[in-house]
Amino acid sequence: MTKLTLPFSEEKIRALKVGDAVEITGVVFTGRDAVHKYLFKGGELPPEVNLQDGIIYHCGPVVIKDEADRWKVVAAGPTTSIREEPYQGQIIGQFGLRAIIGKGGMGEGTLAACREHGCVYLHAIGGAAQVLAEKITAVRDVYLMEKFGSPEAIWELEVQDFPAVVTMDSHGNSLHREVLAASTAALQARV
Amino acid sequence: MKVLLDSLIELIRRTSAEIPDDVQKVILASLEREKQGSIAESALKIIEQNIELARRKSQPICQDTGSVLFYVDAPIGLDQVAFAETAREAVRAATAKGYLRQNSVDSLTGRNDGTNVGPGAPTLHFHQHRGEELRVRLMLKGGGCENVGAQYSLPNTKLKADRDLDGCRKVILDAVLQAQGKGCGPGVLGVCIGGDRATSYEHSKEQLLRKLDDTNPVPELDALERDVVKTANELGIGPMGFGGTTTLLGTKIGAINRVPASYFVSVSYMCWAFRRHGAVLAADGAISAWLY
Ligand code: SF4
Repeated sequence: MTKLTLPFSEEKIRALKVGDAVEITGVVFTGRDAVHKYLFKGGELPPEVNLQDGIIYHCGPVVIKDEADRWKVVAAGPTTSIREEPYQGQIIGQFGLRAIIGKGGMGEGTLAACREHGCVYLHAIGGAAQVLAEKITAVRDVYLMEKFGSPEAIWELEVQDFPAVVTMDSHGNSLHREVLAASTAALQARV
Repeated sequence: MKVLLDSLIELIRRTSAEIPDDVQKVILASLEREKQGSIAESALKIIEQNIELARRKSQPICQDTGSVLFYVDAPIGLDQVAFAETAREAVRAATAKGYLRQNSVDSLTGRNDGTNVGPGAPTLHFHQHRGEELRVRLMLKGGGCENVGAQYSLPNTKLKADRDLDGCRKVILDAVLQAQGKGCGPGVLGVCIGGDRATSYEHSKEQLLRKLDDTNPVPELDALERDVVKTANELGIGPMGFGGTTTLLGTKIGAINRVPASYFVSVSYMCWAFRRHGAVLAADGAISAWLY
């Protein structure tokens, strides 16, 4: 298991290979459908949001205010990433992302951008809402809340030892592609 | 109705926060089988931790609390209209308490009024019987796994699937292959052979009400269930599609009559976050026994 602390250097990311388990510590930003479309169409990031050498987490967290009026994450599992495929490649290059966290994997466009710019796709455990929420130690801020609403906003989160698996690396390898090919062949031998 | 209302709210809470024992047992057994230090093993470990944490904190196992599906076995004479009204009220209350996420959207306007109550939501299936007992089961069916369900019309040329059990086997395994890890595997399949399109899918979901360790009373179907699980677990798809030996936790298959012109095989995929519980209700609506 590899421990990764944000921000990430290109060298550190290039050293990761498909199948590596990682634990991430540092500040991550969430972004899902609305944010990706907005950035792709030329929308500007709020000045406080710096994605350079950082992470976008495909997640629409459930966040409430506690008694002391502080944000608290109740559930924060990954959402299906493939919906961002049309936008992801450009956003990786434009903002200098080093990693995407999501679930289900992404396509060839993202894989090519990971290779070109030195970025990886990290697969979190789908459905593990409680475990993953516990890895979020603080909510720092939220941006574009009025524009997109709570689940679609950009949340700035501090995470500690957030577990994920590298399923697409910066060398053109995809675990999703490999497993699909191997399982297709295995099934052909059994029907 | 207050007692019934409280019972249904408790049923929703328990279903959302606690995996049934029969499912957890199989998850634990598969954790033993995965190779030590593999990513499949670590995925299952996180799943196991999540199950424990949700139970302890009495919070949703997964943030997608799914479609809310009630299955009611009703004695003759039950006022189904009143029962349905109470069930809707229970869903509203459980949503306000956070046992269910605000998860129901108007399909035309995209509006989410935050109650989880609307046309088709929740869904109630009533089955009358001649006994005295009132039994209510609840399934919370997540969206990600629902999206990888599939219906096949046999014969299927591409899969070389004829109208026989071997053809059924081929299409069921194709559904597993197509799903990969996208339905948050390891999953459980509910399958129906036969019926019209709608009845077939409905029946496939009802198969998921069976306990994972039961035995299909039809020997051919029992053999097919075991074969599908064994073969699927040899494909190397694994938890989350990471590779590994646990692709399916179980398969339950039923058959209903069809018309000569049709031969449907319907597959419903349930994710590892398998949320179903059920209770026997006393005459006053109180829970007298749990079913799982
Ligand atoms: S498929 Fe199941 S575990 Fe995965 S996100 Fe949906 S409800 Fe949760």
